[in-house]
This record gives sequence, C-alpha cells and structure tokens, in this order.
Amino acid sequence: MFGKLDWSAIPFDQPIPLITSLLIVVVMLGVLILITLKGWWPYLWGEWITSVDHKRIGVMYCLLGIVMLIRGFADAIMMRTQQAVAINGPGYLPPDHYDQIFTAHGTIMILFGAMPLVIGIMNFLVPLQLGVRDVAFPTFNSVGFWLTASGALLVNVSLFIGEFARTGWLPYPPLSEATYTPGVGVDYYLWAVQISGVGTLITGINIVTTILKMRCPGMSYLRMPIFCWTALASCLLIVAVFPILTATLAMLTLDRYLGWHYFTNTLGGNPMMFVNLIWAWGHPEVYILVLPAFGIFSEIFPTFSGKPLFGYRSMVAATLFICIISMMVWLHHFFTMGAGAAVNTFFGISSSIIAVGTGVKVYNWIFTMYGGRVRFDTPMLWSMGFIFTFCIGGLTGVLLAIPPADFLTHNSMFLVAHFHNVIVGGVVFGVFAGIEFWFPKAFGFRLHPRWGKAAFWLAFVGFWVTFTPLYILGLEGMTRRLQHINIVAWTPWLYVSVAGVGILILGVIAQVIQLVVSIRDRDKLRDVTGDPWDGRSLEWATPSPPPFFNFAVMPNVEGEEAYWGIKLRAVETQQLSPQPDYQPIEMPVNSPVGIYTAFFAFVFGFAMIWHIWWLAILAFVAAYAGFVVFAWRDVHEFHVPAEEVARVDQARREARTALLARMAEQGALP
Amino acid sequence: MSDTPLPASVETIRRVRADPRLGRRGHGSEGPAKGAGHGDTGPASKRIIVGYGFWIFLLSDIVMFSCFFAAFAVQSHATAGGPTMAQIVETPRVALETAALLLSSYTCGLSFAATNARSKLWTQVFLLATGLLGLAFVGMELQEFIGLAARGFTPQRSGMLTAFFGLVGLHGVHVSLAGLWLLTMMAQVQLKGFRPEIIHRLICFNLFWHALDIVWIGIFTIVYLMGGLT
Amino acid sequence: MAVVLSALLLSGCGNGVLNPAGPVGRDDAQILIDSTLIMLAIVVPTILLAFWMAWRYRASNTKAEYLPNWDYSGRIEAVVWAIPILTIMLIGGVIWIGSYRLDPFRPLPSKTPALEVQVVSLDWKWLFIYPQQGVATVNQLVVPAGSPVHFSITSASVFNTFFVPRLGSMIYAMPGMVSQLYLQADRPQVLMGESAQFSGDGFSDMQFQVKSVTPADFAAWTQSTKAQGPMLDETAYRGLMQQSAHVTPFSYRGVDPQLFQAITTQKIEPGPGPAPQAAAHTGREAPAGGRF
Repeated sequence: MFGKLDWSAIPFDQPIPLITSLLIVVVMLGVLILITLKGWWPYLWGEWITSVDHKRIGVMYCLLGIVMLIRGFADAIMMRTQQAVAINGPGYLPPDHYDQIFTAHGTIMILFGAMPLVIGIMNFLVPLQLGVRDVAFPTFNSVGFWLTASGALLVNVSLFIGEFARTGWLPYPPLSEATYTPGVGVDYYLWAVQISGVGTLITGINIVTTILKMRCPGMSYLRMPIFCWTALASCLLIVAVFPILTATLAMLTLDRYLGWHYFTNTLGGNPMMFVNLIWAWGHPEVYILVLPAFGIFSEIFPTFSGKPLFGYRSMVAATLFICIISMMVWLHHFFTMGAGAAVNTFFGISSSIIAVGTGVKVYNWIFTMYGGRVRFDTPMLWSMGFIFTFCIGGLTGVLLAIPPADFLTHNSMFLVAHFHNVIVGGVVFGVFAGIEFWFPKAFGFRLHPRWGKAAFWLAFVGFWVTFTPLYILGLEGMTRRLQHINIVAWTPWLYVSVAGVGILILGVIAQVIQLVVSIRDRDKLRDVTGDPWDGRSLEWATPSPPPFFNFAVMPNVEGEEAYWGIKLRAVETQQLSPQPDYQPIEMPVNSPVGIYTAFFAFVFGFAMIWHIWWLAILAFVAAYAGFVVFAWRDVHEFHVPAEEVARVDQARREARTALLARMAEQGALP
Repeated sequence: MSDTPLPASVETIRRVRADPRLGRRGHGSEGPAKGAGHGDTGPASKRIIVGYGFWIFLLSDIVMFSCFFAAFAVQSHATAGGPTMAQIVETPRVALETAALLLSSYTCGLSFAATNARSKLWTQVFLLATGLLGLAFVGMELQEFIGLAARGFTPQRSGMLTAFFGLVGLHGVHVSLAGLWLLTMMAQVQLKGFRPEIIHRLICFNLFWHALDIVWIGIFTIVYLMGGLT
Repeated sequence: MAVVLSALLLSGCGNGVLNPAGPVGRDDAQILIDSTLIMLAIVVPTILLAFWMAWRYRASNTKAEYLPNWDYSGRIEAVVWAIPILTIMLIGGVIWIGSYRLDPFRPLPSKTPALEVQVVSLDWKWLFIYPQQGVATVNQLVVPAGSPVHFSITSASVFNTFFVPRLGSMIYAMPGMVSQLYLQADRPQVLMGESAQFSGDGFSDMQFQVKSVTPADFAAWTQSTKAQGPMLDETAYRGLMQQSAHVTPFSYRGVDPQLFQAITTQKIEPGPGPAPQAAAHTGREAPAGGRF
C-alpha cells in the first residue's frame, strides 16, 4: 500500500534531524494558525499564491531563496564544526548523517538557494527594465515558481521522512547507483531536482521570449540595460543546458528504478558518461548564476557613480562571450580522469579564456567609477567587496584550470575555497547588493542603511576568515568531504575557519535585524518618489512599489539608459512630460494552476521516491486533468479601465511633481 | 542617501551647463528606433510570442534528445556479451513505422491548412488521421519492444540495449504524450471553435509533431540504419 | 592578499603539495607557483586600481573632475581587452606545455626501470599489488626512493582518486578502466596518501601510508613480506572486497598473477556495496559495515 514507506523512515534515533524537523513543523503550523486567525488567507490566495504578476512571483522566488539559504547555511555550520571537533575522533555527526549534510548543503545552496534568488531578481526586473507589463507567459511563470518550491519542499521533507542523498551534490555513479546507495536519499535528490528543473526551464523559456519579443517601443537590443543582456545570456544557458540535467538524471533514475545500465559499473554501463553529462550542465550552471550577478553590478556601478556604464558594448560582447565559451569547458572538472594531454590542453585553455570576459568586465566596472561621483551606499559596498573577492576567486579558478596545478588541488579544500570564493563573492554578494538596491522598488521603503553596512562588513570579513584557511588546508593536501580528520597538523586552520563561520553568523543576524528594523521604521525609510537612488533604467520610472500593470503608458525609448534622459529633461525644465492619453489595459487574470500542478508534482515525486505506484499514477492524472481544466477556461485577461490607469498614474505624477518642487525649494538647481 | 534628492541628476545638469562639451556620450544612437522587427517597435503579437516560446521549448527538448543520442553513441558497442545492434534491427518494421510517422506529419500539416481555412470538419478529420497514424506508430514500436523482450533482449541486459531502449523509448513517450495533447486539442476545437488561443495551441501542437518527426529521422538514421549495418 | 601569500609560504614548509618530495610534485608545484605569480602581477594592480578609483572619485571629493557622460574610450577598451588576453596567452602556454610534460601517463626519465605497482581501490581501502615481486599490501605503499614507480590504477567499486600529495599528480581510479601514473620519491621518508574522491561512508579513512625506502631496504622488505601473511587469491580477494573502513595495513605473501587482470576486465564482478538487509530495505539506509 505505501511502498517502502513505514515508521522506520522517521529518524527517531537521530536527535538532530528529529528536533530540527519538529521545530520546522511547529513553526509552520504556528504560521498557518496565525494566518488563519488573522484571516489572511483570502489576501494570500488572491494576491500572492495565485498571482501571475511577475513582480509578486519574483518576490516569492527571493523569499524561497532566502529561506533555503538559511537552511543551507545551517548545514554549513554543522560541517565546519564537525570537522573541527572530529580530529582523531568521530565528532558529533556519524558518516551517514554527515554525508547527507554536505550533499544537502551543495544541492540546496545552488539549486534551491542561489537559483531562486537569481531567477527571482530576473523575474522582478526584466519586464520593468524593458518597459513592458509582464513576462511572455505569466501563468507558466507561476507554474515554474511553484514547481521550484515543491522541489525545495521535497528536499526538506527528506529531513524528517527517510534520508537525503549521501553522494555529494552531483551524485556520481556508481556510488549513486542502487547497488552502493540503496536508500531513498538519491531518489529524493533526483525527484526534487527534476521537478524544480522543469520550473527553471519554464523560467528560462519565459525570459528569453520576453527579452527577444516583448520590449517596449524603441528599446532596441543595444539600448537594453546590461542586466537584461545578462538575464538573456543566463536564460539562453538555462534553455540550452537544463535539458541535459533532465536527461542525465532521468538516465540515473532508470538505472536505479528499473536496473538499466547507463552508468553502472557492470554490463556496459559507463559512469564517466554521467560525469561528462552532468558537468556539461554543471559548468554552464555556475554562469547561469553569476551572469545575472554581473548584470546587477553593472546596474549598481553606474547608478552610484552618477555616470553611464563604461564600455557598454564591450560589456555586451563579454557577456555573450562568456555565455558561449562556458559550454566548452566542462572537462576541467575532471582533468584527473586521465583523458590525455591534448584534451586537457584544450579544456584548460578554453577554461582560462573565460577569464578574458570576466577580466574585461572588472575593468569596465572600474572605469565606470573614473570621473564619477561615487556614493558608498550599501549596494556599492557589496559591489566593491565583490570586485576584491571575485578577483582572487578568478585567480584561483584559473589555477584550477591549469591541468598540472589541478593535479595537486583537484577535489581539495583549495577547490572548496575557490568555488565559494566565486559563488559567495560573485553570486551571493551580487544578490545581496541587488536586494538592497531594488528592495525599495519592490516594497516602497528602503532597507536600513546602518544595519546593511554592518551586515556587509561582517559577511565580508567572515567570508575571508572562513575560506582563507580552506585554501591553505587544500595546499596542505586536505581533500574535501572528510567526516573526520586523521591529521592533527590541519587542526589550527579548521579552528580559524570555525571562527569565520561565527562572524558569518553575526552577519546573518545583522541582516535579519536589518529587515526587522526596516519594517519597523518603514515610514521613515519610505520611498515616495519611486527613484530613491537616482537610477538610470526604466524600473525607476515607476512608483515604488509599481502598480500591477507597471506602466500606465508604455514608454517610448530614445536612447541608452532610457529613464535617465527622461529624468534629466524633467529636472532641467522643472516639469514632467505632458500628460499622456490613457488607454484601457489588458492584464492576465490570476490562476491557481501553478500551485495546483506543483502540489501534484510534489505528491508524484513523493510517491515515486517511496515506490507508492498507485499514488504516483493518481497524481500524474490529476496534474494532467488540472492542466486540461485550466486550458478550458475562456477568460484569460481582464480590462483595467482607462480611468483606473489614469488615477494610478496621477498619483505617480503628483509625487514626481512634488519632488521637483522640493528640489526647486532647496535651490538644488541654478 | 544624500540630503538633496537626485544628486547625480543635479550634478550632471550643472556640469553640462558649465561645460557643454561633456554633454555628449561616447556612442549609442539617440532618437526613435528606425525600422520594424525584433521588437524595436514594441512587443510582438500574442501569436508570435506563443510560437516563439514554443520554438525555444522545442530546441531545449532537442537538446534533451541529443543527450540520449550521445549516450547511444557512447554505448552502442557496450553489448556486454549480449546482442549487437545488427541482431535486433528489423528493417521492414522500422520502414513501416517511419512511413506511418512521416505520413502523419503530412496529415498534421493538412490539418493546419484546414485550420487556416477555418474548416472545423477537415481540421478534425486530419487531426484524427494524424492521431491514428501516431497510434499505429506507437503500436508497432511497442510490438518491437515486446518482441525483443521475449528474446531476452531487455534494457537490463547490456549498456547498448539500455541506450537503445532509452532513446527510442523517449521518442515513443513523446509521441504518446503528443497523442494525449492531440485528443485534448480535438475536444477543444470541437467545443470551443477557432478562438485565438486555440489556434495558438494548434500552432504549437503542429510544431511539436513535426519536431518529433525530425527526431525520428535522426533515430532512424543513427540507430536503425547506421547501427543495423555495423 | 598578504594573508594568502603568507599562507602559500607557510604551507611550503609543511606536508602539503608545496613541499614536494619527488620530481612530479616539484614540477606541478612549480607550475602552480609560477602561474600564481603571473596572475598576481595582474590581479593585485587591478584590485588596487579599483580601490584607488573608488576613493579618488568618492562623492565627497569635489576636487576630482566629474565627467557625467563619459562612457567610452577606444584606447582604454583596447588595453582592457589586451591585458586579460595577453595574460591568458601566457597562461595558455603554461597549460599547453605543462599538460604534455606532466601527462600522468608519461614515463619518467630514469636509468633504473620503473617499479610496477597495481592499485585497486576498494570500499574503503587501497590494495597495492607488486606483480614483479609477487606480493601485495593493503593501505600501505612501499616504494624504492630514487627510481620511478609505474602505477596501474583501477577501482573495484566506485570512483576514487589516488593521491599522494607530496609526490604530485593525482588520478582517478575507475571501475573497468586502468589509469596510468608515474611517480618518484626523492629520498627515504614516510608520506601520506589518500583518496581525493568521495566514495561513501568509509571515505574519511581511505588514507594510506607511503614509505619510500632505499633500494636495499626495499629488497629486504620484499623478502620479509614474502615470508609471512596470507595469500591473495580470488577467495581472499572476495573477502577483502566486502565493505570495511579504517583497515590497519597488512600484506600478502603471494598474489594470484591473474588477479589484477580479472579485476579490470570485471571477470570478478565489482564490490557488492552495503550488505543487503533482511526485508525490502526501508528508506533509511543503515550505516554500512565496518568500523567508524
């Protein structure tokens, strides 16, 4: 009846996961009860859960990403402390638990932490920057988000029911085959990643189509903000490589469930094929993450330097260059396979060539500051921290791309330090910079600057105190994923690293406080103008938060940095552009199909993991039926009457007129 | 946040007034964009957007197929003492399967011609013909699989058979799901008529069906013809 | 930066890869250090430039000129592209030459013929077979100093990586395949070897002792090994194949000469993984056998 599922699946004998999951359940129940008591369900259901508004979906993506980032960080704390206490001893985490933790850490941080954050920012920003009202497929957008969320839910369910994979975040066969890892851990991994992978693919298709086919009038390719270019490159990579992930994991699933021989170590299976395929996805994946982060920095540097981005075209070229080359470098993840000198040479050189693109970008950001008036608000601090951190990370990255150097550092703590160096220093710093930067746009008030700066400094110092020792340990010959340490000489560095984690914890606390304080002081931090940072691209032309239709009248773009030109004219002439002729707007109606499909996708995944076949079939049929029912609806859009549009836009115009008046009063202009 | 709002804008205006030479940019054209196309003149129509998005999905689907092709290429000789490709290919049946699928592509095209002529009857007739040919294809493929299994040639036997069943089976699953879609579309056309969104879906369905045909040509060539010869 | 640099220097004195004990490790480490220096020559000025630029053009510094529309300079663009391209061309040269010169499959130049050692990674220990001597060891590798050793490496279960940090280049141990690696130790000493590819619950103890000894001591060791210990035939090997961790080093006085061949061709099927549990295994996998 219930497949492999029985009471022994609950880890009664393991206090850590048990207590954690009980706490999570209690907290979640508490939240649900609170929502019910306060009567928030209709609001949540109507405004968020069924919303097809790209801004709402973007915010939900970011929320999911932040929650999972904290979960992944908890795993990281356990890993660092376990290694520090397990010197010539067992520590507090037995191998079967420790192995799950580092697997979960990697999977969660990349696929359920960083990806939702990056995708969330793209979702929020791309239509606003392109001057349009929504993405190409708003309802699918909602489906994509909820699928990602149900994948994340599956990963967290594994904490309480069964176990997670014990194979590393990329489950290399033969270790991940049923012979060597018979439990449900790998199955949790497979279905969680597959389900969220479909969600990611939907987003990729959506944003590519949006950027290529849905820009506002006059927004030619070379007038798009750089963030849109990086989002385009990133989503092109999603479309090109996520199917590889889907295919590879499907093959592993067939091996595990049906005893096929794609990657087994017997009967003609080929484990190295998995390694090749998974990295053909895995390497572009890191560029999927980091390219939008580059885009974020490319928006922040010009804004806070008070001048346009230096070398816009070479920035575009470098972005596309990275996008293409990133698909030709995957073999550098296994130079030590012994593929021969010619192969290693090719992939070594192609990998280091990527540094040309990133190098150009770094110089362009530096020269953006040249001749500027640089303001050091929090987003700018993250950006400067990024330049420092990423340069070092790039250096060690090129080192790892040199086969003979990789022969010494492959899979070592040096490697661990390197990829945290680029992913934390690049993607996470980028996302935090982006959140600080666009938070007022999304919620209408700024984040508290003092706490934001404290959070930055703690994160920056904490990062380096944590990961510098890992570089050293790697050079000392320490390999990654050790559950306990047999070599006492490594101890001091492990202790330093734990101290760094302590600083990082303070940084996380500072960010939480920042959020709480900002919400408390939201009236003081209110952004009434819609343009708190003196921005340059079209999102700042809208009020904060923007109305659900973004733009009352679609902008007509007449050059790079569309909003900057409009704004300068307004400031100079002390008046807004003439009031436009408002037309009724058609907007997509909300739809529950996203959460409906995702619910059954979750049930389907759970049933497959536990071999509850009837439930799996039921869930599949239900999901399909839901889609057909959705396709049957007749009303896809609703009209926003012109008066409503005019009313909303009047408020915006009044705010801006008031701003101009205030500036005139202060004598800000001669 | 500085005290004056919009500090950079104000500074810029002051600076350019003081020295007008600073008012120009290095590059980038100003003024309204010239010419049409590529969205320069605003968002494309819904029909274009839907078709375009579906094209991108198709490309990603083809990438997925290419992984299974790659696996077949890697494992096509990993017979582990089991049968070789030459031993399992039955050319006449495959030729018949191919014929059915190619013909279905033709009828699928005819159905869309009928859609463009807004003829509900002929659209339905040709969609039905497409579906039946697809069914025949899937049926023959299943028969082939069952025959192989009866001889003990299951995917569990060797890496080569795994890759063979995986690739051909993936295509079969695609055709079956497309059949499900086809039935849904027929019901929608019947009950709702040629509403714009129904026509958009028919466009997508057509693209999907033809794409599956193209993938089959690849399978036919690489798996059956080239594999069968060696 | 200074921290990283001093760390590099520090680890040079320790047991790490920057304190190599053989020619391969020395060449690897040389390349590592050389390329670090090449890149530091670019990266350090770049970082300094970034901070100088941010400081010089800070908003409060009204003395600095303000160019509100300056966004392009062909000359700077050319330099900006040229710097990384030239650096990478240099690094590319290092990659090209280094990959060929330090290809693990390439024999080391030496007057004495290379000692043959066959390496099998098992769950979770290392088996070293000396075909010329007819002996075998587990978790202990004894090699003569000053002459090259030719390792033929395979796995009888999942992936592992054979790595002796101070001797240099690591390489994968893969089931059904044989990797080749040539290493050499300069002088007699004891080194640490490990697996550098996660292979399951017992992975943390997949470390082995590497003893490089004088040729005379090596001969003596061979003789004494031949004198005692069990024989390694298929039966004994099948017993060894079962999962176990933290295995104390021991040796075999004799080896079935066909054994390695049988392992690489999988005539003896790979290790069985965790012992099958009584009923249909439940979701949670019990900790696998062996001591932890």
